[in-house]
Amino acid sequence: MTQQFYVSPEQLMKDRADFARKGIGRGRSVVVMSCRDGIALVAENPSPSLHKLGEIYDRIAFAAVGKYNEFESLRQAGVRYADVRGYSYAREDVTARGLASVYAQSLGAVFTAESKPFEVELVVAEVGRSQDADHLYRLTFDGSIADETGFVVMGGAADAVVDALRGSWSADLSLPEAVRAAARSLRHDGVVTAGAGDAGAPVLDPSVLEVAFLERDPDTLRGSRRAFRRIGGPELDLLLQNGQDS
Amino acid sequence: MLPDDAAAAVPRAASASFSAYLGEHHPALLPANRSLGPVTASTDASHLAPHATTIVSLTFPGGVLMAGDRRATMGNVIASRHIEKVFPADNYSVLGIAGSAGIGLDLTRLFQVELEHYEKIEATMMSLDGKANRLAAMVRQNLPMAMQGLAVVPLFAGFDTDRHVGRLFSFDVTGGRYEEHEHHSVGSGSVFARGALKKLWNPRLDEASAVRVAVEALYDAADDDSATGGPDAVRGLWPVVYVVDGAGARRIPERELEAVAHAIIDARSSAGREA
Repeated sequence: MTQQFYVSPEQLMKDRADFARKGIGRGRSVVVMSCRDGIALVAENPSPSLHKLGEIYDRIAFAAVGKYNEFESLRQAGVRYADVRGYSYAREDVTARGLASVYAQSLGAVFTAESKPFEVELVVAEVGRSQDADHLYRLTFDGSIADETGFVVMGGAADAVVDALRGSWSADLSLPEAVRAAARSLRHDGVVTAGAGDAGAPVLDPSVLEVAFLERDPDTLRGSRRAFRRIGGPELDLLLQNGQDS
Repeated sequence: MLPDDAAAAVPRAASASFSAYLGEHHPALLPANRSLGPVTASTDASHLAPHATTIVSLTFPGGVLMAGDRRATMGNVIASRHIEKVFPADNYSVLGIAGSAGIGLDLTRLFQVELEHYEKIEATMMSLDGKANRLAAMVRQNLPMAMQGLAVVPLFAGFDTDRHVGRLFSFDVTGGRYEEHEHHSVGSGSVFARGALKKLWNPRLDEASAVRVAVEALYDAADDDSATGGPDAVRGLWPVVYVVDGAGARRIPERELEAVAHAIIDARSSAGREA
């Protein structure tokens, strides 16, 4: 018969948190920033089809780092939550706050009760009609939830990206400017341009970037109530190109 | 080898359907789960709720168009002069409803969420045939209510982004799905509208003339069917018209419809004939 050793709760939680942090730290970074015309979501992601950014509802988006199968199941659950809620109540009754608190409960329950915590970190972003009505909720593997303002960086070398972004972020950025600032600062986590000199010409390779917008006024811009829009292909190339000229 | 329950998750994931999810976890929210009790020969609930009437749809090179009048009736009473019966289902398709209005509106709302849900879960659009099949399944679920007089028969039109043509589909209450060609109409005034469409439609219509043909077909339906409303110049109410083409679905603005309706009324008054 195997002997069950005593492990203190503090040690148990610490081991789990270390385990989850290690998993998240391996992943590449994601930046979510609130700016003048909406919220820009920028991720380092070499795959064009396995998304880290997703649409949840009319004005709500999802961004994640960590293990794909884990955050993908959370994203799908979030879409179901939002669609059921919007269908049984009304579309405006679906809020990022409600979704974030459900995510927090689910992540917290998995952290304490399951044999392994989720190795993910999430942002639930909601674009408001004005910039002070924007919400960025950051959720970590243990179920803690933080209401952030301005911008959020998650994943690998988040601290280096935050330092780089602190100088270039301001609330008045347009969406393209925000994407360029995010893409430039993502280079500082050392994955995108391994080998390229930091002082050299900025290398903003669109093929490793996944970009999406939550536009503030999609109804006047595009006649749609859905604020989420993916930016890819030629549109992204052009957007990054413009920044290098100026 | 995968453990049994993990392997079972794979076939379960085949359905990204919102209505299937509702059926499993929130069955009370599905419109099809409402019932009036056992069907007897005398059960007829059709007089209880408003009835939506005529929808016409026609294709033109590069797209498809759908139009509906603005009337709902309960027996001999006009229940609504403002009702809208044509809706965008998603970016590239529209649907119109004829039959029991409340159930039709519920079905529309469920169908819209169904398509958006699929798009978000799968990160891609459903094919046009897929959409028509999902709608057929929803209509079939309503069969018990249809047998009690609360039938809904939608008309579905969309732009096929693979073939680059507009296509339209009609349905019956048992969930039959039929692809229609050139043009089609459903609802109480559909017989008269179809007669008009047969004479007015031609394969070389452009968008503006297709709008005129649709409004004129509805005018003819309203002329002979008391449950179909014609253009209401007094209240400024015009048919609801949606066009779907390669750029997506969009609603034709009121002022254009007003001009078209006035042109038809003027042409008919100056002709000064019975029909």
